[in-house]
Amino acid sequence: MIVAFIQRAIVQGIPLLFGSTGEIITEKAGHLNLGTAGVMYVGGISGVIGAFIYENSVETVNPVLAVIIPILTSVIGSLIMGLIYSFLTVTLRANQNVTGLALTTFGVGVGNFFGGSLIKLTNSDLPSIALSATSNCFKTQLPFADKLGWFGEIFLSYSFLAYFAVIIALLTSFFFNKTKAGLSLRAIGENPATADAAGINVSKYKYFATCTGSIIAGLGGLYYVMDYACGVWSNDGFGDRGWLAIALVIFAVWKPNLSIFGSILFGGLLVVHNYIPNLTMASQEIFKMTPYVVTILVLIIISMRRKRETQPPASLGLSYFREER
Amino acid sequence: MSKNNKIHEPLFHIVKRGALPFWLSWLIRIIAIVASLIVCGVVTIILTGENPLNIYKTIIEGAIGSERRIWSLFQNVAILLCISLAVTPAFKMKFWNIGAEGQVLMGGLATAACMIYFGESLPSIVLFPVMIIASVVAGAIWAVIPAFFKANWNTNETLFTLMMNYIAMQIVSYFVYLHSNPVGSGKIGIINSTTQAGWLPKIGGKSYLINIIIVAVLTIGMYIYLKYNKHGYEISVVGESENTARYVGINVKKVIIRTMLLSGAVCGIAGLLLVAGTDHSVAKETVDGRGFTAIMVSWLAKFNPIYMILTSLLLVFLEKGASQISTDFGLNDSFSEILTGIIIFFIIGSEFFVNYSVKFRHKDKEANKK
Repeated sequence: MIVAFIQRAIVQGIPLLFGSTGEIITEKAGHLNLGTAGVMYVGGISGVIGAFIYENSVETVNPVLAVIIPILTSVIGSLIMGLIYSFLTVTLRANQNVTGLALTTFGVGVGNFFGGSLIKLTNSDLPSIALSATSNCFKTQLPFADKLGWFGEIFLSYSFLAYFAVIIALLTSFFFNKTKAGLSLRAIGENPATADAAGINVSKYKYFATCTGSIIAGLGGLYYVMDYACGVWSNDGFGDRGWLAIALVIFAVWKPNLSIFGSILFGGLLVVHNYIPNLTMASQEIFKMTPYVVTILVLIIISMRRKRETQPPASLGLSYFREER
Repeated sequence: MSKNNKIHEPLFHIVKRGALPFWLSWLIRIIAIVASLIVCGVVTIILTGENPLNIYKTIIEGAIGSERRIWSLFQNVAILLCISLAVTPAFKMKFWNIGAEGQVLMGGLATAACMIYFGESLPSIVLFPVMIIASVVAGAIWAVIPAFFKANWNTNETLFTLMMNYIAMQIVSYFVYLHSNPVGSGKIGIINSTTQAGWLPKIGGKSYLINIIIVAVLTIGMYIYLKYNKHGYEISVVGESENTARYVGINVKKVIIRTMLLSGAVCGIAGLLLVAGTDHSVAKETVDGRGFTAIMVSWLAKFNPIYMILTSLLLVFLEKGASQISTDFGLNDSFSEILTGIIIFFIIGSEFFVNYSVKFRHKDKEANKK
């Protein structure tokens, strides 16, 4: 049972990991993107649209294409969301909180709208969107995973996107700590005026960070639909995971490698009520609030301790205008 | 000097404008709204294949097509406006209270609890004050927790209030499961449906009129509070610069906590209006994202309570209209969220042109020649 629990926790955690890695990249550039929830919806539904059109246009599904097309459409969808956000907040210097919330409204709307109307819009005669063929391609596991007992189940039984999430998180961590571009990006998040004076192209980096962040977060939505939900889109099924991903960023104190463990912990907290015997429906609801309570505690502790390494980027949430100093 | 001339001058650069005349800044905003409506129209045409006139006609019909719809429109405006009023003082102080969703929900929960526990035992003359006090206190408590930490340790309030929303939601769903009616349904149903105890009274047979009156009074009150009261002035000073505020002897901590108490209290009233005056029930989804929409309403109105009447009307009007489009053309009702998103993007974008102007390279050269 413990093995099953860890497995469920990881599966639940992966979308959060994608989301928080994306959000960390964005926040390190000084942009608090509250639109992540919307971006993840769009990432999911764009993948669904791509897969839906592909599955319905061919007789037999080619596994390679069935994976590449949804990923591609998902990336395009989230990229558009990232561009909307960065155009408004970087170029037009709009308020980030308002833009982010509008982006979430818009993104969740797009997700639910196309999820609910795709069949009607494409004049298809299917009863519901169930992309089992595509989902199966996404869920391809390592062939020797089930021969290795509990070790295989805990570490090797996931689809490639799950490993991809971990790799991206590690790469992001490397990027921030060991590369020049990563350091420049962090400098912008701390103090854009200084970075600008040092000759760093602030707008370019901000665009890069927001768009990359969106794409990564969008993959979280894709993973959720294709892997966790087995290719079945249900409206509002993705729930509050986007906000939980933002919470995870704080929990991991803006460090992608920590968010790998954080995401598994949060994933565990999301499903732990299923594994505790004799819970009533009511007390299950109390358990579901633990990730948020934990996040608030972390937030309070880091603000009380004032350790420099664990603070949010100094200019988080502020737009930068060169002539305004 | 010759070196200087070789420096590549950018094609255009951005300059901060001085104050624009009132009419010009509103002209820019109106142009943005018209442009966004055109884009919305185009999107709708692409998705439905209907002709644009029909679409706009449907929007108007959906919003104000019948007396019932007009009442529902105004009742929705009242609730949204009430929440927007609540978040405004906090925003003026640059305290990003995005926890209105949770604060309203806690106010609503307190109201519902009073209705359930005291609905039969207390006469309504006692019950109403109890409900009002409970909802205001619940909302205020939910708001003051993040304010306390912000004031003392500068804890990030955006993220704190955001998390508080979800805790409030889980508490509500815990409560709903405990009191679900019928038992085990996971829904609380209409509270006191036979006795109507704790339901806000109908005025002249109109069930939502009392909500509208209360919010109208609140709007004027908030306008006066922010504009003509010393507290309102302190809020703006803290919002502009905390250091200045400290320098002139304003107790910043006190202002933050006091303002958030007020913000939460008004949210609590919104919860009361939602539960006792509208739904007569409570659920996780009672507030339905209005805590977030209210932020946009308040921001679009430049934190002015009177303009907020217009911006909340605009958003609710579109929402009603768009949901009519989705029913008429058999589309999913999330369509209105897409339209709302597009319109807000345009209005957010238009603020740039109100605050900044773009100067092109060749114009400057001409100016230099002169």
